[in-house]
Amino acid sequence: MSLVVRRGRIFDPARGVDEVGDLHIEDGKIVSKAGAEEVIDAKGLLVVPGLIDMHVHLREPGGEEKETIASGVAAAVAGGFTSVAAMANNLHPTDTASQVIHIRARAAGAGLANVYPIGAVSKGLRGEELAEMGRMAEAGAVAFSDDGFPVTDSALMRHALEYAKMLRRAVIAHCEDLSLTAGAVMNEGAVSNRLGLRGAPGAAEAAPAARDILLAEMTGGRLHLAHVSARQTVDFLRAAKERGIAVTAEATPHHLTLTEDSLVEYEARFKMAPPLRRREDVEAVVAALADGTIDAVASDHAPHAAHEEERELAACPNGVVGLETTLGVVLGLVEEGKVSLARAVEALTAAPARILGIPKGTLAAGSDADVTLIDLKAKWVVDPDRFRSKGRSSPFAGRTLRGRAVHTIVGGKICF
Amino acid sequence: MPALAKVLRQCRNWKRRHLLGIKDLSRDEIERILALSLELKRLPAEAIRKEAPLRGRRVFNFFVEPSTRTKTSFGIAARQLGAEVVDFSPSASSLTKGESLKDTARTIESMGVDFAIIRHTASGAPHFLARYMEGAVLNAGDGTNEHPTQALLDLLTIRESVGRVTGLRVALVGDIAHSRVARSNIWLHEKLGNEIVLCGPPTLVPDHFPGRVSWDLEEILPDCDVVMMLRLQSERQRAGLFPSTGEYAHLFGLSQERAGRMKKGAIVMHPGPMNRGVEIAAEAADSPRAVILNQVANGVFVRMAALLLLREALR
Repeated sequence: MSLVVRRGRIFDPARGVDEVGDLHIEDGKIVSKAGAEEVIDAKGLLVVPGLIDMHVHLREPGGEEKETIASGVAAAVAGGFTSVAAMANNLHPTDTASQVIHIRARAAGAGLANVYPIGAVSKGLRGEELAEMGRMAEAGAVAFSDDGFPVTDSALMRHALEYAKMLRRAVIAHCEDLSLTAGAVMNEGAVSNRLGLRGAPGAAEAAPAARDILLAEMTGGRLHLAHVSARQTVDFLRAAKERGIAVTAEATPHHLTLTEDSLVEYEARFKMAPPLRRREDVEAVVAALADGTIDAVASDHAPHAAHEEERELAACPNGVVGLETTLGVVLGLVEEGKVSLARAVEALTAAPARILGIPKGTLAAGSDADVTLIDLKAKWVVDPDRFRSKGRSSPFAGRTLRGRAVHTIVGGKICF
Repeated sequence: MPALAKVLRQCRNWKRRHLLGIKDLSRDEIERILALSLELKRLPAEAIRKEAPLRGRRVFNFFVEPSTRTKTSFGIAARQLGAEVVDFSPSASSLTKGESLKDTARTIESMGVDFAIIRHTASGAPHFLARYMEGAVLNAGDGTNEHPTQALLDLLTIRESVGRVTGLRVALVGDIAHSRVARSNIWLHEKLGNEIVLCGPPTLVPDHFPGRVSWDLEEILPDCDVVMMLRLQSERQRAGLFPSTGEYAHLFGLSQERAGRMKKGAIVMHPGPMNRGVEIAAEAADSPRAVILNQVANGVFVRMAALLLLREALR
């Protein structure tokens, strides 16, 4: 089966390519020339490597009322994502090889975006004993994380970094000091004080991040910081990279654009962990993304059932969806001149591919034909009722975004 | 001249008062112990018993950490040489009444002890004891520090099975971080100039030892002359050092198939007790390559040699 994507602006930061031309696809691979059966007219469109979201919660198995693998990958391709990495904190946590195999099989059955399972660091996410990382890696797990929960025991985190080093995979850290964040629903500061809500300070993220960075330095293991939100975390991250410590990081679209002021109406769609913070934090995170200190953008797509969100703020679960809005929000930063287009695309393609060690994120000949076609000029209003995701809680609901995926090709198949 | 008397002449001029660790021994001392052990093994047991070179000497078995095989082995060695063996059992001892190790040492010293054989949970306990003893102190295993007679009996076994003790590539596989057997063997092979390969997950194999570290058992097996499997302890799983015995066996266990990759003449060792099906498969443990029972047998001769040499240095 062959396909040609004609006359698009081929934009591949992994190879430093930015030129108008044709992209040829045959039998699921990018080739230099193909006998084209099917043609997609990409005139005026940006043609990038299929986008990769390295932090999503697909909820299956166990949380199917919030999302299933099928609805999750449908949301992914609608948002321009050809690959996602699925976090382990399902109701039945991904802590053995059999669950990794199951998730991959379900994703293959859905036939849309690729799903790369992330295995738990600890059994049952209990933070006590290591999960069978070796067997999970053999079954296809690309990284390990107890995300949703921090690894509170420093000795266990140390051992996780050491053990994962043998498997050549990163440990993705959800940095949170639970004793500092207990009962918190937003960032701690003047706003939480005025709203009469319990808040958690940036230090609750930055102190565990510093610990993890020191453990990474000591063990030589690979660390990746999930959802960086605080200026203090960015400071430690920058210093660590200057030292040559093997640490990478991601930021979510909401931490790149929204502040704690969003909570003024007590809406659940602005409640997540880590919380939205101050302008100073947002600026630090954006600057870090722009200069590469933060390597990747990842949505932390965390769907919940509607009835769970229709409650008073304190009772609502943490988490918002993001697969279908991430690209638009990131392109907004490019339009505002805060991040270059190359850095933005890299943060959604080559960077997550490199961190996860997957052979994606580029349009080089021979690569898998995962391609996203983007209309940079398309203006659209975010309407959660039209989401493919089962989750509807979006901090960008009602916003006009500029830029969206018009086609998403996975393994040479047009999935959106 | 009786055969034993001739052998005993080899003990002359031994100066070292205590056997606390391989770390302290020179290559020459190691070779002397090995040579003497071989000679003792060649003599008929009756000849040694009849001579009773340690008649009138008192050997004190001071096993604060429990042991069956090492204690029994030392006991047989001592009695074989004609010594009186006194057993110090922790539950009945004044140690449980809160008497300090120092006072216990002085107490047994006043009872007239020529040789104190100590096994203790604390690294350095034998060194401590030696400060308060006139007699000889032999380390039968201190914490995670050393187990010198184990390494020496391992060496004797290598000498017999492989035919030499130098020019070897020796692999130690498993929980090296917590193993006194591993440490003593590492110091020993370092002194002999052998190549050392340490294999296991990074959580169990520290960085600071001589030799190289490998995380891939199958990759190293074809090149090794000696493969020493170490026991995996379940408390390490609870301490978060490895996920499960199943995964450990899958990655680092010496299965029959893996043992089949070893080169001709290479041997499989284990200090015991074995966890069959965890670090070593039953078939591998029972195969002709495995010299585990030889190790046990050789323990008696090495301990006899140690006692005879240390007698030379008794005041």
